[in-house]
Amino acid sequence: MLTDTTTTPVYELTKSDKRFIGWHIFFAVTALTIGSLFGPLQALQLAGVDWYPNIDFLFIEINGVNSYYQGLTLHGVLNALIWTTFFITGFSTLAVIRGLKRPLAIPMINRVGFWMMVAGLVVAAIPLLGNQASVLYTFYPPMEADSLFYIGLVLVVVGSWIEGLGFYITLYRWRKENPDTRTPFITLAVVINMVMWQIATIGIAVEVLALILPLSFGWVGGIDPQLSRTFFWFTGHPLVYFWLLPAYASWYGMLPKQAGGKLFSDSLARLAFWLFLLLSVPLGFHHQFVDPGVPSGWKYIHSILTFAVGFPSLLTLFTVVASLEYAARKRGGKGLFGWVRALPWGNGSVTAQLLAGILFLFGGIGGIANASYSLNLVLHNTAWVPGHFHLTVASAVTLSFFGISYWLVPHLTGKPLWKPKLAVASSWIYFSGMLIFSNAMHTVGLLGAPRRTPLGLAPYVPAEWNGHLFRVAIGGAIMWIGLMVFVAVVAVTAFQRKRLPEGEVVDVPIAESIQDPQLTPVWLDRWKPWLIATAVLIILAYGPQLIDQVMGIESTSPGFVP
Amino acid sequence: MSSPETSEKIPLHVDPTERAWMRAAIAILVVFAISVTIAGFMLGIQLPTTEQRVNPQTLQDAPPWSEPGVREIVAGEQYDVYVVAKRFFYEPNVVEVPAGAEVNFYVTSTDVQHGFKIQDTNVNFMVIPGQVSTLTFTFDEPGSYDYICTEYCGLGHAVMFGSVTVTP
Ligand code: HEM
Ligand SMILES: [Cu+2]
Repeated sequence: MLTDTTTTPVYELTKSDKRFIGWHIFFAVTALTIGSLFGPLQALQLAGVDWYPNIDFLFIEINGVNSYYQGLTLHGVLNALIWTTFFITGFSTLAVIRGLKRPLAIPMINRVGFWMMVAGLVVAAIPLLGNQASVLYTFYPPMEADSLFYIGLVLVVVGSWIEGLGFYITLYRWRKENPDTRTPFITLAVVINMVMWQIATIGIAVEVLALILPLSFGWVGGIDPQLSRTFFWFTGHPLVYFWLLPAYASWYGMLPKQAGGKLFSDSLARLAFWLFLLLSVPLGFHHQFVDPGVPSGWKYIHSILTFAVGFPSLLTLFTVVASLEYAARKRGGKGLFGWVRALPWGNGSVTAQLLAGILFLFGGIGGIANASYSLNLVLHNTAWVPGHFHLTVASAVTLSFFGISYWLVPHLTGKPLWKPKLAVASSWIYFSGMLIFSNAMHTVGLLGAPRRTPLGLAPYVPAEWNGHLFRVAIGGAIMWIGLMVFVAVVAVTAFQRKRLPEGEVVDVPIAESIQDPQLTPVWLDRWKPWLIATAVLIILAYGPQLIDQVMGIESTSPGFVP
Repeated sequence: MSSPETSEKIPLHVDPTERAWMRAAIAILVVFAISVTIAGFMLGIQLPTTEQRVNPQTLQDAPPWSEPGVREIVAGEQYDVYVVAKRFFYEPNVVEVPAGAEVNFYVTSTDVQHGFKIQDTNVNFMVIPGQVSTLTFTFDEPGSYDYICTEYCGLGHAVMFGSVTVTP
């Protein structure tokens, strides 16, 4: 039962849709492979070991290689922005088609959106590889990258918006055809995520189009760095939910099926997603707790709202665990916690997602510390922060995407998963490395180690950090091995000659819900009230302060190359 | 399939254990929110807030920024410290204040964004051109405290630091 195959899939995607989704996954995994190359090098550099000269040949040298920061920029951009966005749009396309059991309404729109994203990636890659955009993935002004970097990012974001538009039209058509049916959960989940993303990215769009590009083109002589940060974090916080919600969609809507059970509560799964739409955006100031230009009252309000967004995550914890317990008991699991052993740990897709969930528990606890107004003062920009988000985006999200890939690639290619046992091992290796890495990063961060700093070169490193930095290097190296095993498994699966036996396919695992979705209240399937509430909350939580900052704009900072 | 009329009236069905969980979750989050409120308003834990705007290009043409450093306000009790962050050093890079005195730090940048974190203290904030960041701290123990740059500011970021010497 390592990959379930069937001869009677519930709904078959067309060959061209499968290929289209496959391209998303191809670019996503390629980006992850290149981006992650720098992970262990950074970890080693923190511990004082410089391995960058060994990979010099990979760079197009123009200005000489500024390896740590050029590498860190590639690491952040390729992993956090490209791997995620490409995987998510691909997975969402599948969830829309398969959930609604209907092809895309106007496939051309989605095709245009996707290839625009690819074009953006290529355009941004030119300065990134040429060391003309080593500004890190947050590109805080007035540090300046080559204009192509920003143009590339704009194309990626706009491309994703266009793919979203394709989803909306498809959902709209489906609704016309099925006026009384509840939107299938998996489709609703990914479309809510896309809407949230479109609202969220307005911030970064304004930052890049109205503030950065005019400076970059030389139309204006300066920029207001504080205002840019405010627009950046308008997008930056919900960005993490954009990464996370597709993983949640899989945990709620697919994992129960893979584990042999059902979704515990359809209504509450939907409620959680609506609450994420409502609460993801108006929290951005919690990334700016220690910014000078934001009044502390607003920081306090966003701190409180941050706790509110904890609610849908706690709801998710319950529903997902209850669904898994239901599955495990059906498989003969016993005991208060003993049922966990009855889950199908031999299935690489399930294991990856279970381990993702476990690491996310630790990440969630650390997140509460970050969100606390006062603790943040100690932790801001220390190694604690990357320690934290490697548990979230690099674990909860990335491991879940590993898990999804383990059925998705066979589904799309019609080929059997290569070495299913290695698939199981990949997640365990990555998981073990992550436990060491993140624990060490959190600890050394608490001791005061800054992030984004090659500590091997820093003159102020006290001896007490060294043991932890060594563990960062060890953990990082182990993570990288796990990640490479994942890449090998999906790459060989996709490119091998061997095919599944004639007529057999790997179906998309869609979980049924214990309760008939038609018994879910209508207000959990209506867009209008939720969209209005979302807009109102954003206006209240951001409006007045945003107006103040925009009115007080002082574009006095000229640009600097790093 | 239920008809639209009846489905309008479907109540939200919640399993009793889950209902209890939801209540507990809200309770926990409210407790967190209250503790943050107490920390912020009653224990006086301060965060940087809007202080003053400056022009990074003309900053050092006039006092106090033309001569950053320590200003004694009340001997042994109160000091103002002006620090300018630049790529890749702080001006000044050594600051001397006595233990037990209230020290107000004012920090800004003339080029890109930097950080300012004094090790082993609660002082840690962003330094943004155009804005003055400020926090107050009292050093109880004499000794030397490094202040380090915690935001990437360019090639030499890793060597950017200074230190506060706290005299007895
Ligand atoms: C092979 C496994 C990986 C290792 C060993 C690794 C290691 C590291 C280290 C040591 C840093 C800190 C650098 C610094 O602050 O100076 C870092 C930063 C970062 N990592 Fe990873 N990482 C890995 C995989 C990932 C993955 C899979 C993602 C995302 C999906 C990711 C996202 C990030 C981001 C967003 C940053 C912050 C970049 C910045 O500060 O600009 N990493 N990584
Ligand atoms: Cu600096």
